[in-house]
Parts: sequence; C-alpha cells; structure tokens
Amino acid sequence: MKISREQVVQVAKLARLELDNDELDALTGQMDAILAYVDKLNELDTDGIIPTSHAVPVENAFRPDAPVPSLGTEKALSNAPAAADGCFKVPKVIE
Amino acid sequence: MNSEYEVVIGLEVHVQLTTATKIFCGCSTAFGNAPNAQTCPVCLGLPGALPVLNRQVVENAIRTGLATDCRIAPRSIFARKNYFYPDLPKGYQISQFELPICEHGHLDIPLDDGTSKRIGITRIHMEEDAGKLQHGETPATADSSFVDLNRACTPLLEIVSEPDMRSADEAITYLKKLHQMVKALQVCDGNMEQGSFRCDANVSIRPWGQAELGTRAELKNINSFRFIKQAIEYEVERQADVLESGGKVIQETRLFDSTSGTTRSMRGKEEAHDYRYFPDPDLVPLVIDADWIERVRDALPELPEAKRARFVRDYGIPAYDAGVLTQNHEVSSYFDTTVAAGADPKQASNWIMGEVQRRLNDAGSEISAAPVDPAMLAGMLKRIADKTISGKIAKTVFDEMWKSGTDADTIIEAKGLKQVTDSGAIEAIINDVIANNAPQVADYRAGKEQLLGFFVGQVMKASKGKANPAAVNDMLKKKLQE
Amino acid sequence: MSLTDLTLSELHDKLRTKELSSVEVTRAYLERIAAHNAALNIYLTERPVEALRDAEAADRRIAAGEAAPLTGIPLALKDLLVTEGIRTTCGSKLLENFIPPYNGTAVHKLRDSSAVLLGKLNMDEFGMGSSNENSAFGPCRNPWDRERVAGGSSGGSAACIAARLAAASLGTDTGGSIRQPASHCGAVGLKPTYGRVSRYGVVAYASSLDQVGPVTRTVEDSALLLQTIAGYDRADSTSIDCPVPDYRAALRNDLKGVRVGLPKEYFIDGLDPEVQRTVASAIDVLRDLGAEIVHVSLPHTDYAVACYYLIATAEASSNLARYDGVRYGRRVTGEGGLIEMYNRTRGAGFGDEVKRRIMLGTYALSSGYYDAYYLKAQKVRTLIRQDFLDVFAQVDVLATPVAPTPAFRLGEKGADPLQMYLSDIFTIPVNLAGTCGLSLPCGFAAGKLPIGLQLIGKPFGEDALLGVGHAYQQATDWHKQQAEL
Ligand SMILES: [Mg+2]
Ligand SMILES: [Zn+2]
Repeated sequence: MKISREQVVQVAKLARLELDNDELDALTGQMDAILAYVDKLNELDTDGIIPTSHAVPVENAFRPDAPVPSLGTEKALSNAPAAADGCFKVPKVIE
Repeated sequence: MNSEYEVVIGLEVHVQLTTATKIFCGCSTAFGNAPNAQTCPVCLGLPGALPVLNRQVVENAIRTGLATDCRIAPRSIFARKNYFYPDLPKGYQISQFELPICEHGHLDIPLDDGTSKRIGITRIHMEEDAGKLQHGETPATADSSFVDLNRACTPLLEIVSEPDMRSADEAITYLKKLHQMVKALQVCDGNMEQGSFRCDANVSIRPWGQAELGTRAELKNINSFRFIKQAIEYEVERQADVLESGGKVIQETRLFDSTSGTTRSMRGKEEAHDYRYFPDPDLVPLVIDADWIERVRDALPELPEAKRARFVRDYGIPAYDAGVLTQNHEVSSYFDTTVAAGADPKQASNWIMGEVQRRLNDAGSEISAAPVDPAMLAGMLKRIADKTISGKIAKTVFDEMWKSGTDADTIIEAKGLKQVTDSGAIEAIINDVIANNAPQVADYRAGKEQLLGFFVGQVMKASKGKANPAAVNDMLKKKLQE
Repeated sequence: MSLTDLTLSELHDKLRTKELSSVEVTRAYLERIAAHNAALNIYLTERPVEALRDAEAADRRIAAGEAAPLTGIPLALKDLLVTEGIRTTCGSKLLENFIPPYNGTAVHKLRDSSAVLLGKLNMDEFGMGSSNENSAFGPCRNPWDRERVAGGSSGGSAACIAARLAAASLGTDTGGSIRQPASHCGAVGLKPTYGRVSRYGVVAYASSLDQVGPVTRTVEDSALLLQTIAGYDRADSTSIDCPVPDYRAALRNDLKGVRVGLPKEYFIDGLDPEVQRTVASAIDVLRDLGAEIVHVSLPHTDYAVACYYLIATAEASSNLARYDGVRYGRRVTGEGGLIEMYNRTRGAGFGDEVKRRIMLGTYALSSGYYDAYYLKAQKVRTLIRQDFLDVFAQVDVLATPVAPTPAFRLGEKGADPLQMYLSDIFTIPVNLAGTCGLSLPCGFAAGKLPIGLQLIGKPFGEDALLGVGHAYQQATDWHKQQAEL
C-alpha cells in the first residue's frame, strides 16, 4: 500500500474537501494505484539534476511602483456569496 | 523573573514597506480607504489573475539587507505558503522559503554595561500581507466575520533573527534598533498602531548550562514595545511554571491579550499545519547582480550608528546628545539642518532635546510638524551667539516663534527685545537699584556676597530682561565695591 | 458553399471587400448554434444578442476602413478564459454564476480587434480531463459521432470547429487539452511554446504547463489567430519578451530541406493500428513533399505521464485553493462555521476528477513527501526537456501521433482514471518541455473518426511548425472533410 485510508482522510482535511465514505474508499484505491504508477520515476537516477520549475528560462519580471486604478468596492464584491458594509461576509472566525 | 532558567528569544519582525503600490499589483497601499476599494483581480485572487513583482520592493529589501550586513542572494525565488484563511484570497501566501533575498546578517545592540551584543539575522524575505478580518460584535453580526482586502498583497519584509536574545529587555533593545533602522532607511514608516512594524516572538526557556533549546512558543502579532515586553515576561513565567509543575511546554502559537497581559493558545489556525511550500510557478527567479547591489549601497542613507559617530566627531557634541538625537530619523535630520543653517551645534542640541522636544511631547506631535523649522531655530540661536538677545529672552522669542510661526528677527524687532549692551544705560539702572536698596547694599558690603544675585535680578527686571547679564554682573561688582 | 464553411482568411477578404457583412456571417453561425447546440452541448453560454451587437460594431469599423485581421469574425472561447461581464464557469458547478469583472489578455486582444464573440465553450472542469466528460454541465459530444467523446479538456473548442458552430476558437492546453480534442474532432489545434501567449486571465490549472492556443479549420487560420494573441505581456511574469514572427509568411508549399524526426518511443505496440497506419501515411506525404525523415529517440518519454501527474496536480492543488466560497463562486455552509463552509463548498462544488487531482497534488506537496514526489518529478522534467533540446539539434520538427486511439465512446474510460491519464502520453511531454505542438487532421478510422498528426517544434518554433502543417494541408484534403450533423 502506498497510501492508507487514514492518510487520505488527513489529506482531505488539509485540502479542505468534504468527502463521504464512498468517495474516501474510491480515492484510497485510486490514489494508491496512481502512486504505485508514479513510483516508476524512481527508476531514474536524478542525483545532481537541477529541478525544472519553468520550462522556458526567464528571470526578473518587474512592474514599476506606479499605481493603476483599482476595481473599487462594488466590482470587488460583485460576485460575493455574502457581503456587508463593503466587506466579504463569512461565518465567524474563531482565533 | 525565575532565575533558574535561561531565557531564549528569537524575533520575526514583519515590516510593511512604504511603496506606493502593492507587491504584486498596481493597487495603492494608502491606509484608511473604504473597505475593498483598493483591490483588483490580482489582490482579490480572482481566477486567472497573475502576480508581477514590484521592483521597488526588491530595492527596499536589498537596502535593508545591506544595512544589516546580510548577504544578498544572487538568485532568489518566491514560494507559495498554502493555508486556508478568509483574509488570504488565493489560499496561499506568496512568500520566500528556500533561497530568500537576504541571509546571514546581524545587528549590534548596546547593553546596559556599555558593551554591545551581536544579534544574528537569519534571513530577510519578501512576502505579501493578508487582508484585514473583523469580527462581528453586534447581536446581528455576532456570528459573522468581515473581510477587507485593501491590505492584502501589501509588501512586507520578514526579518528573522537568530535566537540570540536572553531577556525581554534585549529583545526590546533589538526591536527599537531595528525600528529606528528601517525608518532611517526609509523603507518603512514605523507606524506600529497601523501595523507597519509587527513582531512575533519565539520564546523558550532552558536550565542554565543546557545546550539544546527548550520547546518554544510563538507569540503572535504584538503591536507595541511595551506589550512585547509584557508578553515575553508573562510567557517566561508561564513556561517556568509548566516545567516547575513537572509539565512539558508544547510548541504552539499563542496570542497576547493586552488587557490581561497574558498569552493564550490559539485554536483553529493551528490545526493541520502543513504549509506545503513550493516554488511559485507564476513568478520567475529574481537575479541580482553586483552592479545592482552597489547602486543600492551607494544610495544608502546614513544609518543611526554612523550618524551618531559623525555628530560627535564633526559637531563636537557629547555622545549622550548624539545618542538622543539619532534615535529618530526626523529628529536627527532636523538637527543636521539646524547646524547647517549656522547654529552652534551644542546650542542646537540643547534646544532640540529641551524646548522643542518638550513642546512636541505636550502637543503629542512629530518634529516634522513643528511650527519652528530648523532655519528658524538656527536664526534665533545666531541671535544668542551674537548677543542680540540673552538666553533668557530667547525663551520668549522661541515661545512667540512657536505660536506665530514668524522668524526670530521679526519678533525681536517688533517686540523690542534687543539686549541692552550700552554701558551708560545699564549704569543708570544699576545706580537706581543701589539707591533703592540701601539695606541690601550694606549687607553686601559687610560680606554677604551671595546678595549679588539679588542685585542682578533687580537690574534685569528693571531692564525688562534686555540688559546683557554678563555686563550687568561686571558692572554691579564694580559699583558695589565702590 | 455556406457562410459557415469559410476559413478565416476567406472571411476576412469578403468582409473587407464588403462582399459579406459581419452581421450576415454572425447570423449564419447563430442559426447553426440554435439548430445544433442542444444535441452536441458545445456552448455553455451563448450570447446571440450581444454577438450581433459585436457584429454591427465590427461592420462599422470595416466601413471606416479600419479592419484588423479578425474584425467581424465570429469566434468562441473555452470557458476557462476570463471574459468581462460574461459568465465564466470553467466547466464547474462552483463557478456556475461567476461573472468576471475583467478580461484576460488574449480575450482583450480579440476584443480589441473587434472579433465577434459567439459564446463560451464546454470543457472538462478546470481543464482536468481528456474527454470533456468531467464538465459539470454534461459532456460535449463529438460531431462525427455523438456517442463518442469530443476529447478534452478543450472539447467544446474542437467540437465547435467540426460542427461549424464558430469560425475559430481558443482553447488551453496543459497536457494535450488542445491537441487531443482537435485530433478527435478533425480540427487544427496549436499549443504554443510556454510564454508565447499571455496566461493573464486564463484560469490556472497547472501554471507551469498551461498555454492558450487556437483551434481552427486550417493551419493558415491557426497562423492568423496566433498572430493576434501571441506576444509579450507585462501582466504575465512568465511571458517571454521575444519577437513574434509573421506566421503567415512562414507558411510553405513544399518541405525541401526540412528534417522531420520520428521519435521511436511514440510508435509503440499499444498504438491503435488505424492510428499507426494513418500517421505512417501522413509521414509519407511529408517525405513526398521533400522532407528528410530522421529516426530519433526521446528516451525519457515513458516517464512523462508520471512526471506530469505529480507536477500538474501539485500546482492545481494550490491554484484551486482560492475556490473557498468567500469572494466569489458557490458557497455551501453548515453548522460547523468557517471550516465546514470551506469543506462543504469545495466538497460539493468540485467534481470527482478535480477532487482527485487536488488530493493527489496536496499529498505530493505535503510534509515528508515533497522530495519523493514533487521534487523528483521536477528533476525528471529536466531530463524530459533535455531530450527535446537534444533532438532539436538534429531535426526541425518531430512528427508523431496525437493520441493512441481515435475518439472513444462516452463512458468507456470512466472507471479507471489511470487509463485515462495514459491516453495523453504523446501530448504531455510537449508541455513538460515547454515547447510547441500542432495537431492536424491526417485521416480517418473506420466509422469516420478523425485521426490527428502531431508536429512538435522547437521552443518558439511555431513558424516552422505552421510551415510544415500548411504544406501538408496543401497536399491533402482531410481538413476539408465535414461532419454531417
Ligand atoms: Mg511571514
Ligand atoms: Zn490589486
């Protein structure tokens, strides 16, 4: 087994995904199979290989520190599921 | 404080940069606008929006790195720190993790015994701030929180120290020095109430002589020097109590409550702590060559320490004065400008530390808002030096300058405050005083020499303060011996 | 010949000379959409009224003598491209009612040239899928056989070409999402080099792999459309500041002096015999046109799918964290407050495949597994990219199949996600290497199912790719065949 059901539950928690029991069962099997498959990468010796995070080499993309118009409150909130007083409204956060 | 344990403190300071725009978008960073007015697709985390790095943020990071003797990384990258929170629009914060822009620096802090101590700076990295979250307080809103993203994506530097501090006082000294420095560098306005300079403290204790560190608690987001001291001291006591009673300190984030002066464990945010940092594919590596670093170094403003040394060396003022004047960037440049306008340095220092500061304190305002500017102060000090007015009259002149914003010469002229140095005029007043105070004259002549002050006072009063005190002194002595 | 059969350059000429008006052409497309969309499920959002308004504006611009190459031409967009004021669902329930307040760069360029926007096209949710069956709004059907998939994730972008429901479209390609559906639907699909077209306003699936590209009827149309959307964009830090060549000028009629490489790893036993035969005869055509055929090797090909499913899912797990029900999109709440709102919103809002990839990617990045999975995959990516750079020292373009089989039946591969992933084996390496690939029709399997030929070019070698593709289309007429609706 590459991954246990308990681990899958843990990952779902981290990813903030509510999954029912059937989904968890199915995912455990599928993730296990996929992880077994991707294990083939270990056939390759990658010691000393520099990882690629950008396929095309590029560096130093900047913008000048000059203001551009913002959207403004109304547009910012135009898709909000809940809003009040110019703010996005969410269930109370407990710190 | 419990003395069985050694206290170990490391600090993470978040410094908000004074750029005009946010770190990854062109929205303004101005404070106090209507909620969510300063937002765009990028800082709202709208689908499809992409970040582009503000070049000025990099400049400011290099500045701060150079001022703390950091190594500026020739190549650094941005990473995503993944976690869910309503004030974090993208579900991740763009920060730096591996390969930050600055590493391996230090800051020397003065200790009470006159020596100094080197505090290591592990790293300085750039990141975006989160938005502001307000919790509903009325019955109607008690079950809700409210998100304002104006602050989201505002540029921050996170300055991480080594765990080199051994008391709350050392921590405060370090913080104050860092605070002074970022203001002098003009990378941060230092406004702690508005959150421009925020501190998290990692606090642990260990038995004296133990090499390995104790388990630490992270105290979050404390916004005044006083509270930081309180929080650390409370936390040290708490941890000592835990150990004393046979318990174990657990690694956790704790929130300081300024009303009770205590810290408490933070729920919620702690759960499922795995930030899954990885290089942000939307941003490209930042490459800084030696030329760029040198250009920033050349443009670096003078830092408080160098300034203090220069004040002593070039102006000949006492080290104490230099220390006070350089605690604040605005004050030191006020002083510099006053001297440059022709004032005597020691006089300038006395007046700035004295009259100017006192009035600012009374008004609760900053030196930049003082109604007497350096040129005006210098103008007045020159009139003392050339004996146009006495030091005593100068107080009256200064008062008037502060009230009216007019220069010293105009005031002296208008109010006829010019010092009387004409010996004939002074002699006439002295003669009057001697004639009108026969018993005191007799006493003086019988050997009660401390009465001289009384006569000087009478003369000055009669001259409405305008007589030159030195001349009065000399002449009085002569006359009384006759 | 009907109005909806005209290519972009034919349309442009007829609009410019006022032989046709944009309103006439647009109306012809709108009529076809009204007649056929219900059966094919190609458009998620239609805009008949607004499209006609676009067309009127375009006609005014033409009358003023200011026609740009795409002025007045009716186009459609994959619903992953952000459009101001026009619903953008990304094929997801979660964004069913999301109306963006801004335009992405490619969209902005099209709007700037007064192209007519017919609507937004069906797709696999957030670009995750190879069959368009992962759309929350039902699968898009293949116009050549409605019981078969259109391919994915840009299924609607390819199907609208086959069904003649738009003159051209834009899709996005993260692991083959333009080329594979183009192949299944008999369209021309181009995935440009990473950095060639701005990603600003392209809803991210896997940021280091995503790229926008044209889906068209002909290679020449592809050149025309790419010309308008390509180029450096300050708003995308990964966009590359290098000159955009004149793509139409690069079109050619023969292939003398062109070296075409055949990577042996792409001609394997598992290949469908009809795909094998069709692609082989397409290569014969290239040879007949004067190309020199060279046998080459891309030794790390077999690792590409594994590499891709770690990198793409890791990036996706982070990119899709923003769908939390706070600022936009659907919100589902429960008793448990904020955390439950997150869990339910995302649990109910995302489809199975999206959840699967978020889970896999979250795991690949999580503490203790990062090095073994994500970092390892990034290192293997270096090897795969190097394979391509090595091979392009020997040849100008590569010719390969696009997909191992023609379009499969709806539901056929639903049960086993890994089998579905493996069907992208020939397209994924191109995204990992960041280079460009073109899919063009090269024949049919029995039952009139289109088969595509893939041409792979050097980084920023779109001009060479289009040149070879155009020569091939001058010698063949596969691209002129039409699906009967
Ligand atoms: Mg931080
Ligand atoms: Zn913004």
